[in-house]
Amino acid sequence: MARRYDSKTTIFSPEGRLYQVEYAMEAIGHAGTCLGILANDGIVLAAERRNTNKLLDDVFLSDKIYVINEDMACCVAGITSDANVLTNELRAIAQRHTLQFGEPMPCEQLVMRLCDIKQAYTQYGGKRPFGVSILYMGWDNRHGYQLYQSDPSGNYSGWKATCIGNSSAAAVSILKQEYKEGETDLYEAQLLALKVMSKTLDMTKLNAEKLELATLVRKGDKTEILVKPADKVKELIKEHEQREAKAEAAKQDKAGKSKDK
Amino acid sequence: MAMECLIGIKFDDFVLIATDMSHIQSIMVQKSDDDKIHKLSSHLVMAVAGEAGDTTQFAEYIAKNIQLYKMRNGYELHPSSAVHFTRHTLATHLRSREPYFVNLLMGGYNPAINKSELYYMDYLAASVPVNYYAFGYGGMFTLSIMDQEYHSNMTREAGYELLKKCIGEVKRRFVINLPKFRVRIISKEGISDMPTIIAKGEAA
Repeated sequence: MARRYDSKTTIFSPEGRLYQVEYAMEAIGHAGTCLGILANDGIVLAAERRNTNKLLDDVFLSDKIYVINEDMACCVAGITSDANVLTNELRAIAQRHTLQFGEPMPCEQLVMRLCDIKQAYTQYGGKRPFGVSILYMGWDNRHGYQLYQSDPSGNYSGWKATCIGNSSAAAVSILKQEYKEGETDLYEAQLLALKVMSKTLDMTKLNAEKLELATLVRKGDKTEILVKPADKVKELIKEHEQREAKAEAAKQDKAGKSKDK
Repeated sequence: MAMECLIGIKFDDFVLIATDMSHIQSIMVQKSDDDKIHKLSSHLVMAVAGEAGDTTQFAEYIAKNIQLYKMRNGYELHPSSAVHFTRHTLATHLRSREPYFVNLLMGGYNPAINKSELYYMDYLAASVPVNYYAFGYGGMFTLSIMDQEYHSNMTREAGYELLKKCIGEVKRRFVINLPKFRVRIISKEGISDMPTIIAKGEAA
């Protein structure tokens, strides 16, 4: 019976659910992890790169992080081709706003506008919803640094730190423990991003090739969005590993001492 | 119409806008308490002159869209963005079958950066930030006075006196009768009325 409510997005099931929307959310649960952390002096986005292959041409520096306009960037989890459509739309919406008002689009407005489109695909005319969740980082002169998340249903929310994609629940719970509100600077935020990534990804060791990292900071009266090149990511991973080793050593030292007693 | 007169002067922390109060149709004065200054948002006004129907229609269209923006987003457009939007709208209509024939001055105050702003915009959708300007034939008599006496750091009283001087000159030299001017001030506190200026003295 449930099948009857599977095939169309526009129909509620008797329990009041929209299966297609739920399946779309499910699809994102299998996608590469993306996380974002708000710091005092900037924002960081990190994404897991899945399709690494030495035969793949590396003309693209990043395939999950997209710059939207001078003040915003986003990273996506889900079906990449769907994401391409949405990021195109994001860029067009942002430019239309700039054309009309002569200022960069305020972050929340852009997120809201895209979510209107996402929502429409859960309601109208037998189409399937976009299988994409997006993390947005941005700056505007009204609310400063901002981090948003949107999902296939068209819901969106603002965060201090959050995660989408594979094992995002675990990542969010680590972030909850480790994130220190108002005390995190951008460098620490990047290291925290690596820490969470290393704990949630199915890798024994972090690998610069499997990670994408982008930061957004205000410099003077310009926003600087940087998608980190691999060697910068490597440096950060090195620092992260040193810290982990130190923490591990301290732990063992402590354990050893308590044994001596 | 060029017979109408709009004057705007921007000072460091406020803007003065003065417009004549005559509503003219052909050679007839229809009304002598007209208000050509439209409020767009809490800190922004638009003084409009031009084709009689177009002025109201255009000003209301812009005002309502700016209010809609505020309702949707919970905050107002900054004056510079509102001016950009106005220019964009005017420019879009210009090359259509129904262009608006309006000249306007937009005066505002941006409380976020504590800056007063004044923009000139003509019916060809040319928009320029200016310190002072006067539209219509009135401009021919008054711009030189402002060139001579304007200082950006003038007080409200001094600014008002400067306006009076300009309007006196319009009365003295201009063949058309524009006796009364409505004056509004836009500052940090918002928009408020100043006493109407009634030009004294005789024609030269």
